[in-house]
Amino acid sequence: MQPRFYPSCEREIIEIVSNALCSGDRLTIAGGGSKQQIGRSVDCSLISLGHLNGVMDHDPAELVLTARPGTPLKEIEALIAGERQMLAFEPYDHAPIFGGVPGTATIGGIFAAAVAGSRRLTAGRARDHLLGVRAISGQGELFISGAKVVKNVTGFDLPKLLAGSWGRLGIITELTMKLLPRPETTATCLVMGLDPSAAIGAMAKAMGSQADVSCAAYRPSSAKQTAICAFRVEGFAPSVESRCGKLHALLAGHGEIVRAGQREADAFWGDMRSLASLPISSPLWRVNLPPSNAPSFLHDVAAEPGQYLMDWAGGLIWLATPCPAECVRAAAGRRGGHAMLIRADVGTRRDVDAFHPQPPGLAALEERVRRAFDPDSIFETGRF
Amino acid sequence: MAIVMPPPDPSTLARRREIAAALRAIVPGEGVIDDGDGLRPYESDGLTAYRQPPLLVVLPETPAQVSAVLEWCHRHDVKVVARGAGTSLSGGALPLADAVLLGLSKLNRILDIDYDDRLVVAQPGVTNLAVTQAVEARGFYYAPDPSSQIACSIGGNVAENSGGVHCLKYGLTTNNLLGCEIVLISGEVIRIGGRQLDPPGLDLLGIIVGSEGLLGVVTEVTVRILPKPETARALLIGFASVDAAAQCVAETMAAGIIPAGMEMMDRPAIRAAEAFVNAGYPLNVEALLIVELDGPLVECDHLVEMVERIARNAGAISLRASVDESERIAFWAGRKAAFPAVGRLAPDYYCMDGTIPRRQLPYVLDQLNIFSRHYELPVANVFHAGDGNLHPLILYDANKRGELEKAEAFGEDILRLCVQVGGVLTGEHGVGVEKRDLMPEMFSEVDLNQQQRLKCAFDPKSLLNPGKVFPKLHRCAELGRMHVHRGHNSHPELPRF
Repeated sequence: MQPRFYPSCEREIIEIVSNALCSGDRLTIAGGGSKQQIGRSVDCSLISLGHLNGVMDHDPAELVLTARPGTPLKEIEALIAGERQMLAFEPYDHAPIFGGVPGTATIGGIFAAAVAGSRRLTAGRARDHLLGVRAISGQGELFISGAKVVKNVTGFDLPKLLAGSWGRLGIITELTMKLLPRPETTATCLVMGLDPSAAIGAMAKAMGSQADVSCAAYRPSSAKQTAICAFRVEGFAPSVESRCGKLHALLAGHGEIVRAGQREADAFWGDMRSLASLPISSPLWRVNLPPSNAPSFLHDVAAEPGQYLMDWAGGLIWLATPCPAECVRAAAGRRGGHAMLIRADVGTRRDVDAFHPQPPGLAALEERVRRAFDPDSIFETGRF
Repeated sequence: MAIVMPPPDPSTLARRREIAAALRAIVPGEGVIDDGDGLRPYESDGLTAYRQPPLLVVLPETPAQVSAVLEWCHRHDVKVVARGAGTSLSGGALPLADAVLLGLSKLNRILDIDYDDRLVVAQPGVTNLAVTQAVEARGFYYAPDPSSQIACSIGGNVAENSGGVHCLKYGLTTNNLLGCEIVLISGEVIRIGGRQLDPPGLDLLGIIVGSEGLLGVVTEVTVRILPKPETARALLIGFASVDAAAQCVAETMAAGIIPAGMEMMDRPAIRAAEAFVNAGYPLNVEALLIVELDGPLVECDHLVEMVERIARNAGAISLRASVDESERIAFWAGRKAAFPAVGRLAPDYYCMDGTIPRRQLPYVLDQLNIFSRHYELPVANVFHAGDGNLHPLILYDANKRGELEKAEAFGEDILRLCVQVGGVLTGEHGVGVEKRDLMPEMFSEVDLNQQQRLKCAFDPKSLLNPGKVFPKLHRCAELGRMHVHRGHNSHPELPRF
């Protein structure tokens, strides 16, 4: 059993990193552990940031919040919901897709993996909402970057680089994030019975219109249900009404359009988060690609209805397929995208990199960038 | 000139003719400029207080030529400063006596427009406005709209992470860029991101945007385009005090409204603008807000009503809502002319660019007036009120002995104040040379060294735009602290610098 550390302040982390530099140990970083089953399972010292927690500053009028990394996401969401605010990128909680209880994810883990939900389509990535960080590098040095204001171009934008670095550049010890007002009204319009190509066409049309849709997703038909292409429209009530009307007029020729009831809408968007309709027997892939290439990609991997869901107007495909990894990755690459392995058995994860391989020049540059933060590779645990 | 640039390398200066000949072999014809008159237009950018003719100018016409020029310069240890349209307000494209100035203006083609995936692929020399013009017939536009948009290049926007009055709602360049092709100083061409929403791997795009020409040279960009909002309406609201205007801003956002734009002007700026363009601004107010709402007509009407109510509660003493497009444009006319209007009040003005938490606005403006009295120089303020980005304009006369130095000292005091109240040195103009020496106000040496290590990963010889952004130049080898464990490096195959 490798050591586990539960630091509760930055000085303790610096000491742990300094000790690892002397001993040659590698360190893996965990928040709530909701994404621990992504990548190879590794046997090395673990720093759990669960004790480095708490919201440090939240001034609702500034739409900015500062928290320590171990703060549970649900705590932050509850706090800001009270001020009718939100993290607009819809932080994505992986726990349910690994059979866990939702709500264990920490804010540090959310940003370290930069995982966003359906509203990412229009609200931007997690990194677009990370304004400032304090972090400890692989040299055991505490540095800051960014700030607590939304508009800032002072120096390199390191918060963006740390967002989505999966703990391979440093240990984030404080995060300042941008909040946005929670929409007053939300409606979901459903277009029924479209095949995937028709759904991509309908979503492109909606996204190019003044309907100002915030989310667009597609669930193919199943034995029990007809295919659903869903559009979420958010904002002030009169505007939502007007835009739903535009959407109806725009997509009238595409299929039957209905306004979803609250329960139906919650179930649909909940399914896009939990991925409960996808089989757990096959490896689960998260495929990013230009939306217009989604139908040809699905054809390339011979995806059956029931094996995939499309979000982000087709730019994100969740795919649970028995197809070999090479086949999925080749198809994604051919279609201008990439495929990340999210859920698979231990053996598959040992043999297949979680991240889509990069071209050599870019891979070498990324390596140099990682060494600029972690010259001794103490965060290179072999997980990725 | 208060800012000291790195001393030119005599051996590079001595090789000038040889360098010109080598670059002419790569970019034939008139693509290499080395005569004194030809260099003059390039000796400064938008920060005209600083001037320096470059060693020579090279204007490549293809990405392959960019790559070959950089590869040659890298091999021969020649510094390179990249330049888009030269509109930087912080001296980002200020030449160096011993550096090649690499102008990207001839790479000016739009390569692809994709309405299904809503993106434009363009070369770096395309102007910001030309991107919108290329797609507006189909009802689309490119959201970031820096005030220099008719001239500034999209490649320069990437280097500076440019914003604009609408970035409150639609984001800066970094939030609207899907991918780019960059050439490293070694000549190596790297593509990052592309046409999908989230590129794989580390977010290198995130650090290239706003890197001020220190990491690489952008030779192609892919930006997202948006459907143009159905309509826009603006409100022109006057207040008897800055406090009341600031309260209106805070309560508008607290009501869940993110306006497309929210601009504030103080009394001197209002008077100057009104005298210049007769926009119909009220002259009996201390602060004027322009709030723009966009979207479907019913949404605009609804939000205009909400903002009117909030403004009245905050004590507005004058209030007009645009009823048609010409009135909306008239409301903006004064704000858009604010810089030249203030420019008429004095021979020179110096534009600052700090950002502060919005709640600090009344305090900061009070302090600015105290500074103004101390330095005996007038100041007018325009302010992107929604995101806390201040543009104090310090009025001075460069022909009066000592006034430029006084204006610069005043500016530095303003930026220090911004940092003290929890803000930053620059919200959208960049550090460049202008704020370089103030970086330690915001960052420790450890912070700055970490940023420079990142630069070393891209440019180990520090040849790209040296003397910008960082107050102290380190050789990459000084920054690496090597740990040797059990007699060996963890990655012996990697270069250590």
